[in-house]
Amino acid sequence: MQLDNLYQEVILDHYKHPQNKKLSANYDAQVHHVNPSCGDEIDLNLTIKDGIVSDISWDGVGCSISQASVSILTELLTGKKIDEAYLIFDQFVALMQSKGAVSGDEMVLEDAIALAGVSKYPARIKCALLGWMAFKDASVQAQAKSKLD
Amino acid sequence: MAYDPLVIRKDFPIFDRSIRDGKRLVYLDSGATSQKPAVVIDAESNFYRKHNAAAHRGAHQLAEEATEAIESAREVVANFLSGTVDEIVFTKHSTEALNLLAYSIGNSPVGNKFHLKAGDEIVVSEMEHHANLIPWQELAKRTGAVLKWFEVNPDGRLDLSNIDSVVTSRTKIVALTHQSNVLGTINPLAQLVKRTHDVGAIFILDACQSVPHMPVNVAALDIDFLVFSGHKAVGPTGVGVLWGRASLLAELPPFLFGGSMIESVTMTDATWASAPRKFEPGVPNMAQIVGLGTALNYLTDIGIQEIHNHEINITSYAISKLQEINELRIVGPTDMNLRGGAVSFTLGEIHPHDLGQFLDNSGVAVRTGHHCAWPLTRKMGVAATTRASFYLYNTLDDIDVLVDAVSDAQKYFA
Ligand SMILES: Cc1ncc(COP(=O)(O)O)c(C=O)c1O
Repeated sequence: MQLDNLYQEVILDHYKHPQNKKLSANYDAQVHHVNPSCGDEIDLNLTIKDGIVSDISWDGVGCSISQASVSILTELLTGKKIDEAYLIFDQFVALMQSKGAVSGDEMVLEDAIALAGVSKYPARIKCALLGWMAFKDASVQAQAKSKLD
Repeated sequence: MAYDPLVIRKDFPIFDRSIRDGKRLVYLDSGATSQKPAVVIDAESNFYRKHNAAAHRGAHQLAEEATEAIESAREVVANFLSGTVDEIVFTKHSTEALNLLAYSIGNSPVGNKFHLKAGDEIVVSEMEHHANLIPWQELAKRTGAVLKWFEVNPDGRLDLSNIDSVVTSRTKIVALTHQSNVLGTINPLAQLVKRTHDVGAIFILDACQSVPHMPVNVAALDIDFLVFSGHKAVGPTGVGVLWGRASLLAELPPFLFGGSMIESVTMTDATWASAPRKFEPGVPNMAQIVGLGTALNYLTDIGIQEIHNHEINITSYAISKLQEINELRIVGPTDMNLRGGAVSFTLGEIHPHDLGQFLDNSGVAVRTGHHCAWPLTRKMGVAATTRASFYLYNTLDDIDVLVDAVSDAQKYFA
Protein backbone atom coordinates (compact mmCIF):
# COMPACT_ATOMS: atom_id res chain seq x y z
CA MET A 1 0.00 0.00 0.00
CA GLN A 2 1.17 3.52 -0.84
CA LEU A 3 0.78 4.46 2.80
CA ASP A 4 3.51 2.01 3.81
CA ASN A 5 6.07 4.45 2.41
CA LEU A 6 4.97 6.84 5.11
CA TYR A 7 4.37 4.41 7.93
CA GLN A 8 7.56 2.34 7.77
CA GLU A 9 7.95 -0.49 10.29
CA VAL A 10 10.63 1.49 12.12
CA ILE A 11 8.19 4.35 12.64
CA LEU A 12 5.38 2.18 13.92
CA ASP A 13 7.88 0.41 16.20
CA HIS A 14 9.09 3.63 17.74
CA TYR A 15 5.50 4.83 18.03
CA LYS A 16 4.46 1.73 19.95
CA HIS A 17 7.67 1.59 21.98
CA PRO A 18 8.89 5.18 22.33
CA GLN A 19 12.47 5.57 23.57
CA ASN A 20 13.52 7.95 26.36
CA LYS A 21 9.91 9.01 26.90
CA LYS A 22 10.31 9.92 30.54
CA LEU A 23 11.56 13.34 31.53
CA SER A 24 14.92 13.20 33.36
CA ALA A 25 15.03 14.99 36.68
CA ASN A 26 18.30 16.75 35.81
CA TYR A 27 18.81 18.83 32.69
CA ASP A 28 20.50 21.94 31.35
CA ALA A 29 17.49 23.08 29.38
CA GLN A 30 13.81 22.24 29.26
CA VAL A 31 11.52 23.32 26.43
CA HIS A 32 7.85 22.97 25.58
CA HIS A 33 6.80 23.04 21.93
CA VAL A 34 3.36 22.80 20.34
CA ASN A 35 2.08 22.29 16.84
CA PRO A 36 -0.81 24.77 16.77
CA SER A 37 -2.44 23.23 13.72
CA CYS A 38 -3.07 19.87 15.39
CA GLY A 39 -2.54 20.52 19.10
CA ASP A 40 0.42 18.16 19.49
CA GLU A 41 2.71 19.01 22.40
CA ILE A 42 6.14 17.98 23.57
CA ASP A 43 8.33 18.64 26.60
CA LEU A 44 12.02 17.94 26.06
CA ASN A 45 14.88 17.95 28.58
CA LEU A 46 18.45 18.16 27.37
CA THR A 47 21.88 17.86 28.97
CA ILE A 48 25.08 18.78 27.12
CA LYS A 49 28.33 17.80 28.89
CA ASP A 50 31.73 18.89 27.57
CA GLY A 51 30.30 19.61 24.13
CA ILE A 52 28.57 16.24 23.93
CA VAL A 53 24.84 15.58 23.98
CA SER A 54 24.68 13.42 27.06
CA ASP A 55 20.97 13.09 27.74
CA ILE A 56 17.72 13.77 25.86
CA SER A 57 14.41 12.86 27.45
CA TRP A 58 10.90 13.85 26.54
CA ASP A 59 7.19 13.48 27.10
CA GLY A 60 4.27 14.48 24.97
CA VAL A 61 1.17 13.71 22.97
CA GLY A 62 1.02 13.48 19.24
CA CYS A 63 0.62 11.39 16.14
CA SER A 64 2.80 8.42 15.26
CA ILE A 65 5.02 10.56 13.05
CA SER A 66 5.79 13.15 15.71
CA GLN A 67 6.24 10.56 18.46
CA ALA A 68 8.42 8.24 16.40
CA SER A 69 10.49 11.11 15.10
CA VAL A 70 11.46 12.38 18.54
CA SER A 71 12.03 8.84 19.79
CA ILE A 72 14.44 8.24 16.90
CA LEU A 73 16.11 11.58 17.54
CA THR A 74 16.92 10.70 21.13
CA GLU A 75 18.68 7.50 20.08
CA LEU A 76 20.45 9.14 17.17
CA LEU A 77 21.79 12.26 18.85
CA THR A 78 22.62 11.08 22.35
CA GLY A 79 26.40 10.69 22.65
CA LYS A 80 27.11 12.87 19.61
CA LYS A 81 29.24 16.02 19.71
CA ILE A 82 26.96 19.02 19.46
CA ASP A 83 28.46 20.05 16.08
CA GLU A 84 27.84 16.58 14.76
CA ALA A 85 24.29 16.69 16.10
CA TYR A 86 23.71 19.93 14.21
CA LEU A 87 24.97 18.38 10.98
CA ILE A 88 22.50 15.54 11.40
CA PHE A 89 19.80 18.07 12.27
CA ASP A 90 20.49 20.03 9.08
CA GLN A 91 20.40 16.91 6.94
CA PHE A 92 17.15 15.78 8.51
CA VAL A 93 15.48 19.15 7.97
CA ALA A 94 16.70 19.20 4.36
CA LEU A 95 15.29 15.72 3.85
CA MET A 96 11.92 16.74 5.25
CA GLN A 97 11.74 19.80 3.02
CA SER A 98 12.84 17.95 -0.11
CA LYS A 99 9.34 16.99 -1.40
CA GLY A 100 10.74 13.52 -2.03
CA ALA A 101 13.60 14.75 -4.27
CA VAL A 102 16.33 13.75 -1.81
CA SER A 103 16.69 10.25 -0.41
CA GLY A 104 18.98 11.12 2.52
CA ASP A 105 22.25 9.59 3.70
CA GLU A 106 21.54 6.53 5.77
CA MET A 107 25.09 6.55 7.20
CA VAL A 108 24.27 9.90 8.80
CA LEU A 109 20.56 9.66 9.50
CA GLU A 110 20.36 5.98 10.48
CA ASP A 111 16.80 5.16 11.63
CA ALA A 112 15.67 8.69 10.86
CA ILE A 113 15.90 7.77 7.19
CA ALA A 114 12.62 5.91 7.72
CA LEU A 115 10.92 9.29 7.91
CA ALA A 116 11.88 10.15 4.32
CA GLY A 117 8.35 9.34 3.14
CA VAL A 118 7.00 12.22 5.23
CA SER A 119 8.47 14.75 2.80
CA LYS A 120 5.80 13.80 0.27
CA TYR A 121 3.02 14.74 2.70
CA PRO A 122 3.40 18.47 3.30
CA ALA A 123 0.89 18.49 6.16
CA ARG A 124 3.00 16.00 8.11
CA ILE A 125 6.40 17.70 7.90
CA LYS A 126 5.64 19.80 10.96
CA CYS A 127 4.80 16.61 12.86
CA ALA A 128 8.16 15.06 12.01
CA LEU A 129 10.00 18.26 12.92
CA LEU A 130 8.26 18.98 16.24
CA GLY A 131 10.80 17.11 18.39
CA TRP A 132 13.73 18.25 16.28
CA MET A 133 12.83 21.90 16.66
CA ALA A 134 12.42 21.35 20.38
CA PHE A 135 15.91 19.79 20.46
CA LYS A 136 17.42 22.73 18.56
CA ASP A 137 15.78 25.22 20.86
CA ALA A 138 16.90 23.33 23.98
CA SER A 139 20.46 22.98 22.67
CA VAL A 140 20.75 26.72 22.15
CA GLN A 141 19.50 27.35 25.67
CA ALA A 142 21.75 24.68 27.17
CA GLN A 143 24.84 26.12 25.47
CA ALA A 144 23.95 29.65 26.50
CA LYS A 145 23.67 28.39 30.04
CA SER A 146 27.02 26.59 29.96
CA LYS A 147 28.68 29.83 28.78
CA LEU A 148 27.26 31.58 31.81
CA ASP A 149 28.36 28.86 34.24
CA MET B 1 -38.93 14.60 -7.46
CA ALA B 2 -37.16 12.46 -4.89
CA TYR B 3 -33.92 13.83 -3.50
CA ASP B 4 -31.01 12.14 -5.24
CA PRO B 5 -27.47 13.06 -4.18
CA LEU B 6 -26.05 11.14 -7.14
CA VAL B 7 -27.83 13.52 -9.50
CA ILE B 8 -26.70 16.52 -7.42
CA ARG B 9 -23.10 15.30 -7.53
CA LYS B 10 -23.12 15.66 -11.31
CA ASP B 11 -23.38 19.42 -10.83
CA PHE B 12 -20.01 19.46 -9.05
CA PRO B 13 -17.05 19.08 -11.45
CA ILE B 14 -14.63 18.11 -8.67
CA PHE B 15 -16.30 14.73 -8.30
CA ASP B 16 -15.04 13.86 -11.79
CA ARG B 17 -11.49 13.60 -10.50
CA SER B 18 -9.99 10.78 -8.49
CA ILE B 19 -7.84 10.82 -5.38
CA ARG B 20 -4.60 9.06 -4.39
CA ASP B 21 -4.14 6.82 -7.42
CA GLY B 22 -7.60 6.31 -8.76
CA LYS B 23 -9.79 6.29 -5.69
CA ARG B 24 -13.23 7.82 -5.68
CA LEU B 25 -13.35 11.13 -3.83
CA VAL B 26 -15.39 10.78 -0.67
CA TYR B 27 -15.53 14.38 0.45
CA LEU B 28 -16.49 14.61 4.12
CA ASP B 29 -15.00 18.01 4.89
CA SER B 30 -17.77 20.40 3.87
CA GLY B 31 -17.71 21.85 7.37
CA ALA B 32 -14.34 23.37 6.45
CA THR B 33 -15.39 24.35 2.95
CA SER B 34 -17.95 23.03 0.51
CA GLN B 35 -17.38 22.03 -3.09
CA LYS B 36 -18.74 24.27 -5.86
CA PRO B 37 -21.27 23.45 -8.56
CA ALA B 38 -20.43 24.38 -12.15
CA VAL B 39 -23.06 27.15 -12.13
CA VAL B 40 -21.13 28.97 -9.39
CA ILE B 41 -17.77 28.54 -11.09
CA ASP B 42 -19.34 29.82 -14.32
CA ALA B 43 -21.04 32.76 -12.65
CA GLU B 44 -17.73 33.89 -11.23
CA SER B 45 -15.84 33.57 -14.48
CA ASN B 46 -18.68 35.07 -16.53
CA PHE B 47 -18.56 38.16 -14.39
CA TYR B 48 -14.93 38.65 -15.38
CA ARG B 49 -15.63 37.71 -18.99
CA LYS B 50 -18.66 39.89 -19.57
CA HIS B 51 -19.45 42.43 -16.87
CA ASN B 52 -16.23 43.37 -15.11
CA ALA B 53 -16.08 46.99 -13.93
CA ALA B 54 -15.98 48.75 -10.56
CA ALA B 55 -19.51 48.50 -9.18
CA HIS B 56 -21.04 51.75 -7.90
CA ARG B 57 -18.20 53.73 -9.42
CA GLY B 58 -18.37 54.11 -13.21
CA ALA B 59 -20.29 56.21 -15.71
CA HIS B 60 -20.50 53.42 -18.25
CA GLN B 61 -22.52 50.39 -19.19
CA LEU B 62 -20.13 47.85 -17.69
CA ALA B 63 -20.19 49.63 -14.36
CA GLU B 64 -23.97 49.60 -14.48
CA GLU B 65 -23.98 45.89 -15.16
CA ALA B 66 -21.46 45.17 -12.41
CA THR B 67 -23.54 47.20 -9.96
CA GLU B 68 -26.68 45.43 -11.03
CA ALA B 69 -24.95 42.05 -10.64
CA ILE B 70 -23.84 42.58 -7.06
CA GLU B 71 -27.02 44.33 -6.02
CA SER B 72 -29.14 41.49 -7.33
CA ALA B 73 -26.89 39.07 -5.42
CA ARG B 74 -27.61 41.17 -2.32
CA GLU B 75 -31.30 40.68 -2.96
CA VAL B 76 -30.81 36.92 -3.23
CA VAL B 77 -29.00 36.85 0.12
CA ALA B 78 -31.69 39.00 1.74
CA ASN B 79 -34.42 36.68 0.52
CA PHE B 80 -32.46 33.61 1.57
CA LEU B 81 -32.31 34.91 5.15
CA SER B 82 -35.73 36.61 5.11
CA GLY B 83 -34.11 39.98 5.74
CA THR B 84 -34.17 43.14 3.64
CA VAL B 85 -31.65 44.29 1.05
CA ASP B 86 -30.24 47.15 3.11
CA GLU B 87 -29.50 44.75 5.93
CA ILE B 88 -26.96 42.72 3.93
CA VAL B 89 -23.28 43.72 4.24
CA PHE B 90 -20.72 41.85 2.15
CA THR B 91 -17.41 41.01 3.83
CA LYS B 92 -14.54 38.66 2.96
CA HIS B 93 -15.81 35.89 5.24
CA SER B 94 -17.57 35.39 8.53
CA THR B 95 -14.32 36.02 10.39
CA GLU B 96 -14.19 39.51 8.92
CA ALA B 97 -17.88 40.03 9.65
CA LEU B 98 -17.36 39.17 13.33
CA ASN B 99 -14.31 41.41 13.54
CA LEU B 100 -16.31 44.16 11.87
CA LEU B 101 -18.90 43.88 14.62
CA ALA B 102 -16.31 43.76 17.39
CA TYR B 103 -14.39 46.77 16.08
CA SER B 104 -17.51 48.79 15.25
CA ILE B 105 -18.89 48.16 18.72
CA GLY B 106 -15.50 49.09 20.17
CA ASN B 107 -15.63 52.37 18.19
CA SER B 108 -19.03 53.32 19.54
CA PRO B 109 -18.91 56.60 21.46
CA VAL B 110 -20.56 57.30 24.79
CA GLY B 111 -24.28 57.68 24.22
CA ASN B 112 -24.36 55.19 21.37
CA LYS B 113 -26.43 52.07 22.05
CA PHE B 114 -23.38 49.90 21.40
CA HIS B 115 -20.96 51.77 23.65
CA LEU B 116 -19.08 49.41 25.95
CA LYS B 117 -17.59 50.45 29.26
CA ALA B 118 -15.58 48.66 31.91
CA GLY B 119 -17.76 46.18 33.75
CA ASP B 120 -20.19 45.59 30.86
CA GLU B 121 -20.41 41.93 29.92
CA ILE B 122 -19.97 39.97 26.71
CA VAL B 123 -21.26 36.40 26.64
CA VAL B 124 -20.01 33.61 24.39
CA SER B 125 -19.84 29.84 24.87
CA GLU B 126 -17.18 27.16 25.18
CA MET B 127 -18.18 25.73 21.80
CA GLU B 128 -17.30 28.80 19.74
CA HIS B 129 -15.02 28.68 16.73
CA HIS B 130 -11.98 30.89 17.37
CA ALA B 131 -13.56 33.37 14.93
CA ASN B 132 -16.40 33.97 17.38
CA LEU B 133 -14.22 33.92 20.48
CA ILE B 134 -11.01 35.85 19.96
CA PRO B 135 -12.60 39.06 18.55
CA TRP B 136 -14.67 39.24 21.77
CA GLN B 137 -11.71 38.42 24.01
CA GLU B 138 -9.83 41.27 22.40
CA LEU B 139 -12.78 43.65 22.54
CA ALA B 140 -13.13 42.89 26.25
CA LYS B 141 -9.44 43.68 26.76
CA ARG B 142 -9.72 46.97 24.85
CA THR B 143 -12.79 48.17 26.71
CA GLY B 144 -12.49 46.63 30.16
CA ALA B 145 -15.66 44.64 29.52
CA VAL B 146 -15.91 41.19 31.11
CA LEU B 147 -16.03 38.06 28.96
CA LYS B 148 -18.38 35.36 30.27
CA TRP B 149 -19.44 32.09 28.72
CA PHE B 150 -21.85 29.20 28.75
CA GLU B 151 -20.18 25.89 29.49
CA VAL B 152 -20.61 22.72 27.47
CA ASN B 153 -21.95 19.53 29.08
CA PRO B 154 -20.25 16.16 28.56
CA ASP B 155 -22.98 15.26 26.06
CA GLY B 156 -21.97 18.23 23.91
CA ARG B 157 -24.93 20.48 24.69
CA LEU B 158 -24.76 23.97 26.15
CA ASP B 159 -25.37 24.09 29.88
CA LEU B 160 -28.19 26.61 30.17
CA SER B 161 -29.06 25.79 33.78
CA ASN B 162 -27.41 29.04 34.88
CA ILE B 163 -28.66 31.19 32.01
CA ASP B 164 -29.92 33.89 34.36
CA SER B 165 -26.54 34.34 36.02
CA VAL B 166 -24.58 34.20 32.75
CA VAL B 167 -26.79 36.70 30.93
CA THR B 168 -27.52 39.55 33.34
CA SER B 169 -28.49 43.21 33.33
CA ARG B 170 -24.78 43.99 32.77
CA THR B 171 -24.72 41.93 29.55
CA LYS B 172 -24.41 43.99 26.36
CA ILE B 173 -23.61 41.31 23.79
CA VAL B 174 -24.42 37.63 23.47
CA ALA B 175 -22.50 36.02 20.58
CA LEU B 176 -23.17 32.32 19.98
CA THR B 177 -22.85 29.73 17.29
CA HIS B 178 -26.02 28.30 15.78
CA GLN B 179 -24.43 24.92 15.12
CA SER B 180 -21.10 23.73 16.52
CA ASN B 181 -18.59 22.99 13.76
CA VAL B 182 -17.05 20.29 15.97
CA LEU B 183 -19.94 18.65 17.82
CA GLY B 184 -22.78 19.17 15.36
CA THR B 185 -24.89 20.51 18.23
CA ILE B 186 -27.62 22.96 17.23
CA ASN B 187 -28.25 25.45 20.01
CA PRO B 188 -31.78 26.19 21.26
CA LEU B 189 -32.01 29.82 20.27
CA ALA B 190 -35.49 30.81 21.39
CA GLN B 191 -34.67 30.74 25.10
CA LEU B 192 -31.29 32.39 24.58
CA VAL B 193 -32.58 35.20 22.38
CA LYS B 194 -35.46 35.89 24.76
CA ARG B 195 -33.16 36.16 27.78
CA THR B 196 -30.76 38.37 25.80
CA HIS B 197 -33.52 40.78 24.84
CA ASP B 198 -35.08 40.71 28.30
CA VAL B 199 -31.86 42.19 29.69
CA GLY B 200 -31.58 44.68 26.81
CA ALA B 201 -28.53 43.08 25.12
CA ILE B 202 -27.98 42.28 21.46
CA PHE B 203 -27.81 38.75 20.05
CA ILE B 204 -25.19 37.88 17.43
CA LEU B 205 -25.46 34.53 15.66
CA ASP B 206 -22.54 32.74 14.05
CA ALA B 207 -24.50 30.92 11.37
CA CYS B 208 -21.53 29.53 9.42
CA GLN B 209 -22.66 25.98 10.01
CA SER B 210 -26.40 26.56 9.81
CA VAL B 211 -27.21 28.88 6.89
CA PRO B 212 -25.72 26.44 4.34
CA HIS B 213 -27.57 23.48 5.84
CA MET B 214 -31.03 24.45 7.09
CA PRO B 215 -33.64 27.16 6.71
CA VAL B 216 -32.57 30.21 8.74
CA ASN B 217 -35.08 33.03 9.05
CA VAL B 218 -33.67 36.05 10.86
CA ALA B 219 -37.10 37.51 11.52
CA ALA B 220 -38.49 34.31 13.02
CA LEU B 221 -35.36 33.85 15.15
CA ASP B 222 -35.67 37.47 16.34
CA ILE B 223 -31.87 37.83 16.40
CA ASP B 224 -29.98 41.11 15.90
CA PHE B 225 -26.94 40.16 13.80
CA LEU B 226 -25.93 37.08 11.84
CA VAL B 227 -22.79 36.10 9.96
CA PHE B 228 -21.93 33.34 7.52
CA SER B 229 -19.29 32.51 4.91
CA GLY B 230 -20.14 31.95 1.25
CA HIS B 231 -17.57 29.23 0.75
CA LYS B 232 -19.33 26.84 3.12
CA ALA B 233 -22.59 27.29 1.19
CA VAL B 234 -21.36 26.07 -2.23
CA GLY B 235 -20.31 29.66 -2.96
CA PRO B 236 -16.86 31.09 -3.68
CA THR B 237 -14.17 31.92 -1.15
CA GLY B 238 -13.62 35.62 -0.50
CA VAL B 239 -17.20 36.53 0.30
CA GLY B 240 -19.00 36.51 3.62
CA VAL B 241 -22.16 38.10 4.87
CA LEU B 242 -23.11 40.22 7.83
CA TRP B 243 -26.83 40.61 8.28
CA GLY B 244 -27.99 43.18 10.84
CA ARG B 245 -31.33 44.63 11.83
CA ALA B 246 -31.74 47.87 9.85
CA SER B 247 -32.20 50.00 12.96
CA LEU B 248 -29.04 48.59 14.51
CA LEU B 249 -26.90 48.92 11.38
CA ALA B 250 -28.00 52.56 11.27
CA GLU B 251 -26.65 53.20 14.76
CA LEU B 252 -23.48 51.10 14.52
CA PRO B 253 -20.40 53.14 13.54
CA PRO B 254 -18.24 51.90 10.66
CA PHE B 255 -15.02 49.95 11.13
CA LEU B 256 -13.10 50.29 7.85
CA PHE B 257 -12.87 53.71 6.22
CA GLY B 258 -12.24 54.76 2.63
CA GLY B 259 -13.87 55.01 -0.76
CA SER B 260 -17.58 54.54 -1.34
CA MET B 261 -18.57 54.37 2.31
CA ILE B 262 -18.98 58.12 2.67
CA GLU B 263 -21.71 60.69 2.30
CA SER B 264 -19.46 63.77 2.25
CA VAL B 265 -15.78 64.45 2.84
CA THR B 266 -13.71 67.55 3.63
CA MET B 267 -9.99 67.79 4.41
CA THR B 268 -10.69 67.33 8.10
CA ASP B 269 -13.84 65.27 8.39
CA ALA B 270 -16.28 62.87 6.77
CA THR B 271 -19.82 61.60 7.18
CA TRP B 272 -21.02 58.14 6.33
CA ALA B 273 -23.28 56.68 3.71
CA SER B 274 -26.18 54.69 5.07
CA ALA B 275 -25.93 50.95 5.63
CA PRO B 276 -24.93 48.68 4.00
CA ARG B 277 -22.54 50.98 2.08
CA LYS B 278 -21.10 52.46 5.25
CA PHE B 279 -19.59 49.05 6.01
CA GLU B 280 -18.32 48.30 2.50
CA PRO B 281 -15.36 50.54 1.70
CA GLY B 282 -13.11 49.56 -1.18
CA VAL B 283 -14.05 47.78 -4.39
CA PRO B 284 -15.72 44.60 -3.17
CA ASN B 285 -15.02 41.00 -4.24
CA MET B 286 -17.57 41.40 -7.02
CA ALA B 287 -17.19 38.12 -8.89
CA GLN B 288 -17.40 36.25 -5.60
CA ILE B 289 -20.50 38.17 -4.51
CA VAL B 290 -22.11 37.28 -7.83
CA GLY B 291 -21.05 33.65 -7.32
CA LEU B 292 -22.62 33.64 -3.86
CA GLY B 293 -25.94 34.84 -5.30
CA THR B 294 -25.82 31.97 -7.79
CA ALA B 295 -24.90 29.53 -5.02
CA LEU B 296 -27.85 30.48 -2.83
CA ASN B 297 -30.20 30.26 -5.81
CA TYR B 298 -28.79 26.82 -6.50
CA LEU B 299 -29.51 25.73 -2.91
CA THR B 300 -32.99 27.23 -3.09
CA ASP B 301 -33.77 25.37 -6.30
CA ILE B 302 -32.91 22.09 -4.61
CA GLY B 303 -34.64 23.19 -1.41
CA ILE B 304 -32.79 24.02 1.78
CA GLN B 305 -35.26 22.01 3.86
CA GLU B 306 -34.74 19.03 1.55
CA ILE B 307 -30.99 19.41 1.95
CA HIS B 308 -31.40 19.50 5.72
CA ASN B 309 -33.56 16.37 5.71
CA HIS B 310 -31.00 14.60 3.58
CA GLU B 311 -28.20 15.54 5.98
CA ILE B 312 -30.24 14.31 8.94
CA ASN B 313 -30.65 10.94 7.21
CA ILE B 314 -26.98 10.65 6.44
CA THR B 315 -25.91 11.80 9.88
CA SER B 316 -28.11 9.40 11.79
CA TYR B 317 -26.88 6.56 9.57
CA ALA B 318 -23.26 7.63 10.14
CA ILE B 319 -23.69 7.85 13.91
CA SER B 320 -25.28 4.42 14.19
CA LYS B 321 -22.63 2.81 11.94
CA LEU B 322 -19.70 4.52 13.63
CA GLN B 323 -20.95 3.53 17.06
CA GLU B 324 -20.67 -0.12 16.05
CA ILE B 325 -16.90 0.29 15.85
CA ASN B 326 -15.06 -0.88 18.94
CA GLU B 327 -13.28 1.93 20.83
CA LEU B 328 -14.83 4.65 18.68
CA ARG B 329 -16.14 7.51 20.80
CA ILE B 330 -18.36 10.16 19.30
CA VAL B 331 -17.55 13.58 20.71
CA GLY B 332 -20.90 15.35 20.62
CA PRO B 333 -24.57 14.41 20.78
CA THR B 334 -25.52 10.96 19.52
CA ASP B 335 -29.24 11.66 19.32
CA MET B 336 -30.58 13.54 16.32
CA ASN B 337 -32.60 16.06 18.30
CA LEU B 338 -31.21 19.54 17.48
CA ARG B 339 -28.22 18.08 15.70
CA GLY B 340 -26.63 18.73 12.32
CA GLY B 341 -24.24 16.97 10.01
CA ALA B 342 -20.82 17.26 11.66
CA VAL B 343 -19.62 14.17 13.51
CA SER B 344 -16.40 14.25 15.53
CA PHE B 345 -14.89 11.16 17.04
CA THR B 346 -11.83 9.55 18.55
CA LEU B 347 -10.64 6.01 17.90
CA GLY B 348 -8.93 4.39 20.86
CA GLU B 349 -5.30 5.44 21.05
CA ILE B 350 -5.01 6.17 17.34
CA HIS B 351 -4.10 9.79 16.81
CA PRO B 352 -6.54 11.68 14.55
CA HIS B 353 -3.71 12.82 12.31
CA ASP B 354 -2.77 9.20 11.62
CA LEU B 355 -6.38 8.23 11.13
CA GLY B 356 -6.93 11.17 8.76
CA GLN B 357 -3.88 10.14 6.75
CA PHE B 358 -5.15 6.58 6.48
CA LEU B 359 -8.61 7.75 5.42
CA ASP B 360 -7.05 10.05 2.82
CA ASN B 361 -5.26 7.05 1.42
CA SER B 362 -8.71 5.48 0.95
CA GLY B 363 -10.00 8.58 -0.84
CA VAL B 364 -11.87 9.86 2.22
CA ALA B 365 -11.33 13.56 3.02
CA VAL B 366 -11.89 14.47 6.67
CA ARG B 367 -10.51 17.09 9.00
CA THR B 368 -8.44 16.33 12.09
CA GLY B 369 -7.24 18.45 14.98
CA HIS B 370 -9.02 20.94 17.20
CA HIS B 371 -11.02 22.48 14.33
CA CYS B 372 -10.31 26.06 15.41
CA ALA B 373 -12.16 25.41 18.67
CA TRP B 374 -9.30 24.58 21.00
CA PRO B 375 -11.08 25.41 24.30
CA LEU B 376 -13.88 23.06 23.26
CA THR B 377 -11.70 20.05 22.43
CA ARG B 378 -9.90 20.62 25.73
CA LYS B 379 -13.23 20.75 27.56
CA MET B 380 -14.33 17.51 25.90
CA GLY B 381 -11.19 15.90 27.30
CA VAL B 382 -9.47 15.15 24.00
CA ALA B 383 -6.34 16.54 22.36
CA ALA B 384 -7.87 16.36 18.92
CA THR B 385 -10.66 14.66 17.00
CA THR B 386 -11.41 13.39 13.53
CA ARG B 387 -14.40 15.12 11.99
CA ALA B 388 -16.61 13.97 9.16
CA SER B 389 -19.01 16.63 7.93
CA PHE B 390 -21.77 16.09 5.41
CA TYR B 391 -23.54 18.08 2.74
CA LEU B 392 -26.03 17.84 -0.08
CA TYR B 393 -23.82 15.72 -2.33
CA ASN B 394 -22.91 13.00 0.19
CA THR B 395 -24.43 9.54 -0.01
CA LEU B 396 -25.00 6.62 2.31
CA ASP B 397 -22.31 4.90 0.28
CA ASP B 398 -19.87 7.65 1.34
CA ILE B 399 -20.61 6.71 4.93
CA ASP B 400 -20.01 3.02 4.23
CA VAL B 401 -16.63 3.87 2.68
CA LEU B 402 -15.78 5.97 5.75
CA VAL B 403 -16.82 3.29 8.21
CA ASP B 404 -14.90 0.55 6.38
CA ALA B 405 -11.80 2.73 6.18
CA VAL B 406 -11.99 3.53 9.89
CA SER B 407 -12.16 -0.19 10.68
CA ASP B 408 -9.21 -0.86 8.37
CA ALA B 409 -7.21 1.90 10.05
CA GLN B 410 -7.81 0.21 13.37
CA LYS B 411 -6.20 -2.95 12.05
CA TYR B 412 -3.35 -1.06 10.39
CA PHE B 413 -2.30 0.80 13.53
CA ALA B 414 -3.09 -2.05 15.96
C1 LIG C 1 -18.87 27.97 13.35
C2 LIG C 1 -17.84 28.67 12.52
N1 LIG C 1 -17.62 29.98 12.70
C3 LIG C 1 -16.73 30.66 11.97
C4 LIG C 1 -15.97 30.05 11.01
C5 LIG C 1 -14.97 30.86 10.24
O1 LIG C 1 -15.28 30.88 8.88
P1 LIG C 1 -14.33 31.64 7.86
O2 LIG C 1 -12.99 31.03 8.00
O3 LIG C 1 -14.95 31.38 6.52
O4 LIG C 1 -14.36 33.08 8.22
C6 LIG C 1 -16.15 28.69 10.79
C7 LIG C 1 -15.33 27.97 9.79
O5 LIG C 1 -14.83 26.88 10.03
C8 LIG C 1 -17.10 27.99 11.56
O6 LIG C 1 -17.31 26.68 11.37
